[in-house]
Parts: sequence; structure tokens; C-alpha cells
Amino acid sequence: MPTTLKIHVDQDKCQGHARCKALAPELFELDTYGNAHEIGDGTVPDALIDKAWLAKSNCPENAIDITES
Amino acid sequence: MSDQAVSAPAHGPVIDWVNDFDHTDPRWTENPYPIWDELRAQCPVAHTERFLGVYLPVTFEAVKEVAYDTEHFSSRRIIVRNVRPEVVQPAPPITSDPPAHKPAKQLLLPPFTPDAVKKLEPRIRAICNELIDDFIEDESCDAAAQYSKHIPVRAIAHMLGIPESDSNQFITWIHEILELGIKDDATLMRAIQEMAVYFMGHIARRKQHPTDDLISTLMQARDKNGEPLSDAHVLGSLRLLLIAGIDTTWSAIGAALWHLATTPADRDRLVAEPDLIPTAVEEFLRAYSPVTMAREVMKETTIAGCPIKPGNMVLLSFPAANRDPAVFPDADKVVIDRRENPHVAFGLGIHRCVGSNLARMEMTVAIEEWLKRIPKFRLDVRAAVRWSEGTVRGPRALPLRLGQG
Repeated sequence: MPTTLKIHVDQDKCQGHARCKALAPELFELDTYGNAHEIGDGTVPDALIDKAWLAKSNCPENAIDITES
Repeated sequence: MSDQAVSAPAHGPVIDWVNDFDHTDPRWTENPYPIWDELRAQCPVAHTERFLGVYLPVTFEAVKEVAYDTEHFSSRRIIVRNVRPEVVQPAPPITSDPPAHKPAKQLLLPPFTPDAVKKLEPRIRAICNELIDDFIEDESCDAAAQYSKHIPVRAIAHMLGIPESDSNQFITWIHEILELGIKDDATLMRAIQEMAVYFMGHIARRKQHPTDDLISTLMQARDKNGEPLSDAHVLGSLRLLLIAGIDTTWSAIGAALWHLATTPADRDRLVAEPDLIPTAVEEFLRAYSPVTMAREVMKETTIAGCPIKPGNMVLLSFPAANRDPAVFPDADKVVIDRRENPHVAFGLGIHRCVGSNLARMEMTVAIEEWLKRIPKFRLDVRAAVRWSEGTVRGPRALPLRLGQG
């Protein structure tokens, strides 16, 4: 059964470093304060899996969760 | 002003960095990284009685603990000095603790998002080229005094809506506040007073003729009761934006150029692969982080298991955290294509630098434009590189030979 990767930005941890937006603009959006959230329900297309992990590993606040389902 | 301000007795040169460190020691100023490596091997938190008592966490985990704990570690004092006056000069939000912190910060966030900052990019590119025009025909230049110093000054002046031609005055005040003012209280207070008079003039003009710059943003802000911000808040925030926006970015641009001047392989690679510059900028931010913050210990606690007593300050060394091999493989090497780089040059937690997107844009553009026009350069051995002393680290003199190396 194929797995789906989903990203989620923890709003309590996000401080607006915006690394995720810089590295994976297709997956993240910034609000008017410059804080990030996942686009849509956070489902990661196959072609963007590497970028999702890159964004997570570059977040200084460790605010990005990646779950498999 | 209280004359009961506590001041520090004189000390001799440092012998025991674990128990008696001095971040203004010439050895630290010249090259702090081996000192931190040595400290990290011995203890996660060093201490000194100098500057009225300061702790120095040197591991990523210890720095993180302090940054995230606003209850024990207050931002009401954020610079380590050898006097501790009763009255502290507020500069919201950098000197704010919760709950005052969030509304003060939110006011300043929208003008500094990546999209907002992108609008300034053409002006920054033009400034960089204007600066280069002035020395490109010469065989040598001081890249700190003639290039990196001017870019952030003019950028923040533009955002504040104050004349770029007042840049030299801003630079003087910053030098007085951040360097001379650490040990010379009279100079610090005079500079703050002069800056206040300057900004009050701009505020008065905008009451007559409102503008859409950052000064007007602060003047038009209303607190949760619908009241305008106090003069002290507005002046403190303006002082913060001017100071925070200049010395820091100037240092980061300078350090990046110093690295490229002394590492021709990296310089040549970025000339050949300009798309790599943003990644390299992150590594320069990690390896040459300009900013060390501080906190005041309010209540007894521990950091990384070490006992911490109130009445001390903590030097919140994001630069040392960024060099921790427990988090960064090859932490002591500058790897310009480093893929995983969750560095904390812009801080951690609620006090993440408001200007981080602007700083990144300025650094990227400054390096891009320099390398386009001056792809070959190296240190000019006839003159010395001079690094700043104190809380913000960067080259204050960067003599380069152009067109060579």
C-alpha cells in the first residue's frame, strides 16, 4: 500500500525564519507576519519529497512535522 | 540617572577561560572559535566575574535552553556591560518579555516579510553598484569601509524614510552605542540622546505630513486600548531598527567577503555557480554569525545541569551554538554547499530577528553584485584586517587587492 507523506507546521514553534519557504516554496505559504504553514492539507507529491525533508532539516525551531500514512 | 549604578572592578588578563572568560579580550576579538571549542570540550556553560558576573553557554542545547526560557532569562537587558544602571533603555520588542513582547513584535513583522523585502531589492542592487563604481578602477580598497558598511545603512534608512545621506551620522551613533558604549556610559547616553532628538524631528514632520514608511507605521500603531504607542516605545523601536539593521548585516557581508578573499576555491566556485550563493549565505551566517545577544538571570535555575544564579547576565552565544559539532558535522569547516543547516544566527524562539529576511536579501545581493564585477580579489597584505570588539562581530577594516588572486 503506497504511503502518503504529509507535512505540518507547528504554529506554536514557528518563528518565521522562512527557511521552509525558501527551500520548498511549492509546499509552504507565509502569512502577513511571515510565519509559515503547509499549503492545503500538507500532502507531499512524490516529486517534492526531497524538498519536504530538506525544509524540515533546515528549520532551526524544529517546527515541521512529517508523517507517513 | 541613578549614581548607584553598580560598576565592575578591574581585572588582569585571562588565564582560565572556563571561570574567568572575557569576550573583549584581544584573543577573542581576533579569533574566538578555538576558545569556544576548548570551552565546549570542558563544560557546557562557562562563567566570569568580569562585567558584574556573566555565564556563557557554548553548546547548541544550552543556548536553546536559555533562548526558550523567557521566565528565568529576561530580555530587559540584552547587552553585557561593565555597569548595570537601575534604569534600562527600552527598545521594544528586543527588550520586551512576554506578554508585552508579542504585540510589539507583530507591529514590525509585516514590513519585513520576504515579499515586502523583495520590493527593496532593485534599490539594493543599485546601491551595491554605485558603491563598486567608486573603487573598481583602483588596485585596492577597504571592502568594509567602502562597501559592506554602506549597504545596510542605506537600506534601513530607505525603509525608515530618513535620508540615505545621513548614513555617516548613523554609523557614528552605532559605533558609540555598540562598541564605545560598552565601557563608556557617558558616550552611550549622549549618542542615545542625540538619536532621540534626530527621530523626534522626523516624527514631528510626519504629524504634519504622514508617510508610508516605518516611522509612520510606528506612529500610526494603536495598542489594544486604541491608544498610540508612547514616545519612549516609538523612539526605542526606531533606535532598535537603526542599530539592529546596520552593524549586524554590515558584519555578515564583510565576513563573507573576507572568507571569499581568503578562500579562492570558494570564491571561484560562486563566480561559476551564482545559484549557489543563497546556500553559501546560510553557511556564512552559521560559521561567521555576527550577533551575540544577552539575557539577565531573574531567578535561580540550571542550564544544561549547571547552576545559574540571579544577578548575573548570560551571553547568549548563537555564534558558539552554530559551531557545535553535536549539531553540525564538520562544524569548524565552512562548507558553502552545506545542505542541512538549521543555524541560529538569527536567534531562536520568540526573539527571532525581525530583519532576517532583509539581512538575507542584502547579503545575497551584495555578494552577487560584487562577484559579477570583481570576480578576482584577495587580502591586501600591506594592511591588517581589523575585527570589531564586543557584541557584534565583523571586519571593520578589510583591505583587499582587486583583480588579483
